[in-house]
Amino acid sequence: MSGGPWLLDALISLALVWTAWRALAAPDLFKAVVLFIAFGLLMALAWVRLEAPDIALAEAAIGAGLTGTLLLDAVGHLAARGRGSRGREPATPFAPRLLLFALSLSLGAALIGVMATLAPSPVDLRDLVARELDASGATNPVTAVLLNFRAYDTLLEVAVLLIAVLGVLALRLAAADTGADVPVPAGAVLGGLVHLIVPLMLLLAGYLLWAGVHRPGGAFQAGALLAAAGVLLRLSGRLPPLLPPSFWIRIGLAAGFTVFLCVGAAALSTGSLLEYPGAAAGGLIALIESFLTVSIGLVLVSLFVGAPAPAGETVERRGPEGTA
Amino acid sequence: MSPGLVYAAGGTLLFALGLYAVLAHPHLLRKILAFNVMGSGTFLALVGLAQRGPHAGPDPVPQALVLTGIVVAVSATAFALILARRYYAATGRLDLPPEEEEGGP
Repeated sequence: MSGGPWLLDALISLALVWTAWRALAAPDLFKAVVLFIAFGLLMALAWVRLEAPDIALAEAAIGAGLTGTLLLDAVGHLAARGRGSRGREPATPFAPRLLLFALSLSLGAALIGVMATLAPSPVDLRDLVARELDASGATNPVTAVLLNFRAYDTLLEVAVLLIAVLGVLALRLAAADTGADVPVPAGAVLGGLVHLIVPLMLLLAGYLLWAGVHRPGGAFQAGALLAAAGVLLRLSGRLPPLLPPSFWIRIGLAAGFTVFLCVGAAALSTGSLLEYPGAAAGGLIALIESFLTVSIGLVLVSLFVGAPAPAGETVERRGPEGTA
Repeated sequence: MSPGLVYAAGGTLLFALGLYAVLAHPHLLRKILAFNVMGSGTFLALVGLAQRGPHAGPDPVPQALVLTGIVVAVSATAFALILARRYYAATGRLDLPPEEEEGGP
């Protein structure tokens, strides 16, 4: 554990709880989502303090960035002024709420009490991971765990991503495909920024993918960065229509999971499922991660793009800011 | 009181807060927000508890699990938001109707 007093950690912890409380209690939904994004960035700081830079990267990009984007999109389409509920609905009556609050708080306090008196865990996998790290094909222990020791979990996680995209594709309104959601031309500032920033983001995604084997990084962080570049392109009107997905987009969406599954199944011939042959482990991990990055980026962008404005309504614009 | 325990305690409070908000707010988007807060609290508690020893360094296994959890959380959030949009398109409202308005069992 990093040295230094735990006061800083206590402050960050308190700030997290306070920000979450303000986000959940904000009467205005837009403010609530903005506070939630700030909460996500504070979480990234907490992860750094917990010596988990991989999680910090993922939390900032996916937890705060992409989730915040999806929520902001939903608030803007569904709960903005003059359309739908603003979130100021009458709350549940006071007495049950008070009881609920007391129960939740006491549950939290009881759990904290149990945690404080826990004996040290009898199982410590750190040493096991450290011993097997050389044979895993990666030097970053988190990548080794993700893509080798517990590759099955990661395989199923990618399957969950794919299922979410399938759900989004299945539940989109048919009206969305008639062009009702025309990408808006960007103002001059956004257009210029996109020209500057998107190539850098692509470069950084490639770096994170390559660095993930030896340093904090990896396929998920790189894929999230690709998705963020896609979201920026979409917001500035430069992304070609992704949905309904063409043949190549479908290939891209499914490629990560398919390659992962095929490599794991091919390992059946020499061992059990997902048991990479020793010498080839590094190369196989690199192969899987490359396809995963592209797939994850496409899936996350599709999750964002797959949620257009409600049919029959045009999204409010502030007025033409000049074309890019 | 190690840093791991401090964050685990914070994570537990976040979970409790999120649990209250999910049950107390009828608005669907607020429920989704509260679920995300609960998830983040759980992740903090998971890694914090794993690294609660005074001598402990980072433990890669819970960290990998939390990484998986974050990705699953965003997938679930995206799907939940699509469901909310369909619900809004179908009924024009974003909160679940109170019990008196629902039809028979």
